[in-house]
Amino acid sequence: MKKAIFFLLLIIQLAPVAFSQVQRFPKPDFESGYEQPVPTQPTPRAAVWDYIDILVLISAMSLITWFILKKRSRRSVFWVMIFSLLYFGFFKKGCVCSVGSVQNMVLALFDSAYAIPITVVAFFSIPLIFALFFGRTFCAGVCPLGALQDIVGLKPLKTPAWLNQVLGIVPYIYLGLAVLFAATGAGFIICRYDPFVGIFRFGMNSNMFIWGVIVLGTGVFIARPYCRFLCPYSVLLRWMSLLSRHHLTITPTECINCHLCSESCPYDAIAGPSSEKYPGNVTTEKWKLGVMIVAIPIVMLISGWALSQLSVAFSRSHYVVKTAEQIRLEDTGQVNYTTDASEAFRGTGEPTTGLYARAAKVQEQFKLGTWLLGAFLALVIMIKIINFYIWKHRDGYTPDKAFCVSCARCVDYCPVEHERLAELKGVNLIE
Amino acid sequence: MNIKDNKPVNRRQFIKNGLHTTAAISIGGFAGYAIQRSSKSDMVWQIDPEKCIQCENCATKCVLAPSAVKCVHAYAMCGYCDLCGGYHRPGTKRLDTAAESQLCPTGAIQRKFIEDPYFEYRIDEELCIGCAKCVKGCGSFGNGSLFLQVRHNICVNCNECAIAKACPADAFVRVPADNPYLFRGEFKSIQLNEGSGEEA
Repeated sequence: MKKAIFFLLLIIQLAPVAFSQVQRFPKPDFESGYEQPVPTQPTPRAAVWDYIDILVLISAMSLITWFILKKRSRRSVFWVMIFSLLYFGFFKKGCVCSVGSVQNMVLALFDSAYAIPITVVAFFSIPLIFALFFGRTFCAGVCPLGALQDIVGLKPLKTPAWLNQVLGIVPYIYLGLAVLFAATGAGFIICRYDPFVGIFRFGMNSNMFIWGVIVLGTGVFIARPYCRFLCPYSVLLRWMSLLSRHHLTITPTECINCHLCSESCPYDAIAGPSSEKYPGNVTTEKWKLGVMIVAIPIVMLISGWALSQLSVAFSRSHYVVKTAEQIRLEDTGQVNYTTDASEAFRGTGEPTTGLYARAAKVQEQFKLGTWLLGAFLALVIMIKIINFYIWKHRDGYTPDKAFCVSCARCVDYCPVEHERLAELKGVNLIE
Repeated sequence: MNIKDNKPVNRRQFIKNGLHTTAAISIGGFAGYAIQRSSKSDMVWQIDPEKCIQCENCATKCVLAPSAVKCVHAYAMCGYCDLCGGYHRPGTKRLDTAAESQLCPTGAIQRKFIEDPYFEYRIDEELCIGCAKCVKGCGSFGNGSLFLQVRHNICVNCNECAIAKACPADAFVRVPADNPYLFRGEFKSIQLNEGSGEEA
């Protein structure tokens, strides 16, 4: 009876709350002393794991950087790689990873309502800081996506240099689109088309499975296809690595031009020595260069305009635009069916003008975004072409800082390195 | 002569150093800006039950099978009815626990007699697939005490939730991991009021 009075009191107390919802049946009046169960609230993994993840990331980065630059040991790099694959891949189930964190950073920049977790900031910035000083040591064996591909790359074939350059532009396009979609709130496309996360979770849908098999299958013959020709994060790492001060060197002292390293590199990331003198006619080439530099802004404008023509199509991937279009089609009688989304919207009671206004705002964002993206991609391509023309003098074989993932395979093939190791052990190879 | 030879090298080095510093400042600035507005706790996905339209995508779109979305019962909102819109198939002949009387495709709701005329309905989360058939039934004919929630002992917290992407009602939101559930309104207020009730 006491319980009943208690509940009655509760109902009176809660009357305004209770009747704001559909309350068709009154609260039961239990007399048997029945205790109402409380729904459980199982918790996510403990917050301490976030800090453990950051700690493991920093340790793995430091360790692998030390192995690459100081110990110069491919074998040690390999074992860090296996560890990262197990920890960041299979144990952490692939999320959140540095590659995807780009989108969270962009969303945090554009959406004031989004509070970005500190782990994500750490996963975004730590590999970049390391790359700025030591090259792409993250790619060498801390990134689980890279590790998985590195293991399956059994029969790497040489691809033509021009093809590598052309396909090397794809990551810029991917990054640009990912930033555009994250900034407008349309979604995280890098995560949606992640080829390996299903493998880490031992569960995936059929599209993800097919995509994963294609990338891994290609990876047997074309080493690390995702890293080299798709990975959007690699663009940022390339920029940082180009400026790095202590990048991996193939030879410990002086290159003897034996080109063994170049054969060993599965990623075609080693540049050979150049000719002694500039091969072309300096005056005509200077003119060509001048014309190309002048052409940059023109090409950027054309490209920006061209891509902005696709802005409406791109904006349809946004939830608000998609719903608004469906509502308009229904209201103007152009379709005689409704979708779950349009019914859900009508259920909210929001006036359609509000939805249209929100959709128009998103479309405007896409318009500006596609203009910028078009201009950015044109700039990238022009710089690539100019870079191709500029002649650089090189004496020996050196890693291409942008494309080299610091896997340290080449070190094992360098005869000078063998000599150094022998000396360390006190053996003289030459005798 | 020597100075002239060295000049281009120095200029190149100067530009390189400048770019290096600029890059360092940019990463630092971007990260610092993000940290400034970051949340200390991780963010996890949750369903806003007030927005949910029970479209059944939760059962099929999750990267996990069975889905990490389960039905949750706010007992405090429940009418403990004999004929339960969430438990019984519409138009069922007998109000019993026979399979043909049940709405749930996996038989994940357990019906238990408490006292006349009340029955308790409990969700077996091992069996629940998050299809929301019961949620729809309860919402249409009952008090709406059944609703869907992402269960965080199961969810792997994908950076982009596959169900959120497919949700037609935009009902998926990111919530802080230290307060990861959005239970239906009344239950929460009962929790809050229980203390004050005892005091009175």
